[in-house]
Amino acid sequence: MSIIGKSPEERAAACWQPTSDALEQPTNDLGRGLLTGLPDGSINIGFEAVDRHVAQGHGDHTALIWLSKEGAQQTLSYGDLAAMSSRFANLLYDHGQQKGDRVFVAMGRRPELYAAALGTLKAGMVFTPLFAAFGPEPLRTRMEIGDANVLVTTKSLYKRKIASWRQEMTSLRLVLIVGDEAPDDCVALAPALQEASTEFLAAHTQTEDPALIHFTSGTTGRPKGAVHVHGAVQHHALSGRYALELQPGVTYWCTADPGWVTGTTYGIISPLVNRVTMIVDEAEFNLERWYGIVERERVEVWYSAPTAIRMMMRAGSEAARGYNFSALQFLASVGEPLNAEAVVWSNEVFGRPFHDNWWQTETGGIMIANTRAHDIKPGSMGKPLPGVVAGIVEPDNGGLRELPDGEIGELALRPGWPSMMRDYLHEQARYEKCFNDGWYLSGDLAMRDSDGYFWFVGRADDLIKTSGHLVGPFEVESALIEHEAVAEAAVIGIPDETAGEIVKAFVTLNSGQTADEELERDIRGLARKRLGAAVAPREIVFRNALPKTRSGKIMRRLLKARELGLPEGDISTLETDEK
Amino acid sequence: MNDSEIRQAFLEEIHKIAPDIEPADVSDDDHLQDDLELDSMDILNLVTALHARLGVSIPETDYAQIETPTKALKYFASRHGP
Repeated sequence: MSIIGKSPEERAAACWQPTSDALEQPTNDLGRGLLTGLPDGSINIGFEAVDRHVAQGHGDHTALIWLSKEGAQQTLSYGDLAAMSSRFANLLYDHGQQKGDRVFVAMGRRPELYAAALGTLKAGMVFTPLFAAFGPEPLRTRMEIGDANVLVTTKSLYKRKIASWRQEMTSLRLVLIVGDEAPDDCVALAPALQEASTEFLAAHTQTEDPALIHFTSGTTGRPKGAVHVHGAVQHHALSGRYALELQPGVTYWCTADPGWVTGTTYGIISPLVNRVTMIVDEAEFNLERWYGIVERERVEVWYSAPTAIRMMMRAGSEAARGYNFSALQFLASVGEPLNAEAVVWSNEVFGRPFHDNWWQTETGGIMIANTRAHDIKPGSMGKPLPGVVAGIVEPDNGGLRELPDGEIGELALRPGWPSMMRDYLHEQARYEKCFNDGWYLSGDLAMRDSDGYFWFVGRADDLIKTSGHLVGPFEVESALIEHEAVAEAAVIGIPDETAGEIVKAFVTLNSGQTADEELERDIRGLARKRLGAAVAPREIVFRNALPKTRSGKIMRRLLKARELGLPEGDISTLETDEK
Repeated sequence: MNDSEIRQAFLEEIHKIAPDIEPADVSDDDHLQDDLELDSMDILNLVTALHARLGVSIPETDYAQIETPTKALKYFASRHGP
């Protein structure tokens, strides 16, 4: 597909000028230069995101415009957000929490979520967002792995997904319920915030002190809790500025939910650190609502995801006609590769193309991006940001060998950037497996072309990318075999034009069970209850046997190859075949 | 098709896509996403299924008009052929 070239004016307007002297500086200094810092070299994400702006005279500047589902609107200034988050930090200490404690949040996009995230960080405690649409199982598993001490949630979510097992979680000391009322063993957030002081001095956390835990799925075993430190804010600041054009005063809308890493890093931290005005929409995707928001709020920078963009495409250019998108300056996309057609389509409809970028929970921030100053090759993820060294590698005698341009291998990064994960909680061996021979291994297969642009090819493992969310087959299979009729399960991702991939399950049944439509629905219903709609399979098919290796491992790869009509590859380890 | 048949068809198709939702438990003003927790892929599948069953094509710009059983009933009643 033909290149989308940038005009000289467009290039000149970019925050990152690839030829500028700035590149001569070490990139940590470049990120640090966007921050204020605390005395004695301390650094605190919450302080950088709100308090310092107030201290520097920007307290009246609008930080957040919240749009409720019902159409109400609430505007919070940096001063308001500093006060609210200070109240939350004080509340945590007033209730006996201590520095380093783990605060989990599971709720929709409401102002309290932002105050909780920033207050936790200012308090020197560790913030973990959970996707509110998860079912009780994924919520519980993540809170157990993360040894959650505090949970902030809504009454409805608590009753439906948490109350039944709350007492079994001994680490959990405090449950805060949004609003004025709370069940007996919880604390109502609104009055507790009201009682707490608006004065709080951000904790003097060190660069390597834990700040965030983000969960991500693994192919085998339980989800992994990737730990990020306060020093990561250097890259949050820099990547927001260079990859997303976030500058003070810009109106910015990140459509990602803070329950996932994008919604926290680029939906809370990076934009506030860069002192933009954030739009936060409580509602889910709705075409007219979204176009209306972009027009009415005069959104200048819009960060969204391929699934949403493809839904806009499905509705056609006509649906976008009549809206005024003239305020838009820069559009970006993340979550899974954005197909070339969608890039070209957006350029036609919005007058500006979506710029795809690439990163992972583990990288903590954008690593490779199409930026404003660069021409776009539609379908490519772009080039590494300043300070990021990326390569394409393959195993070589226990080490790694870097491949020349044009060859497909695993996408790898040179470790050491500030937002790199520092640990997988309780899983040192799994953490160490991510690094080899001086590289961080991403698990993504990719190719670099002769112009230095990177192209995504596929996953090197069995992880599924559906609607931008990474789903681990093991977690889904574990839920499926909890159904009394199911003996074994194998879960794969199959291509879908809107979601990228959808989750499909193959199951075998216990004897005496009848494979019929009713049973299929019953199993799928249970999976949705346990896992939530985003993670549960959309389709379940029955098999008499699943393909397995001699050691009894189910060969998901083979099921997928057959499903897609691809070559079956090496099947020398196949012991029992699919029936 | 009368109103109750349309309502039944609507709820049955929801149940096929989200078997965790029992038609009997759905209130007329339950919001598909906020209350029943259907996600955007569920909505797309529902729209496709309703098109096949009721013969009514639902453009993306109309999705908000079927977000509760009450709204959906009104929407389909005005579009469904005799």
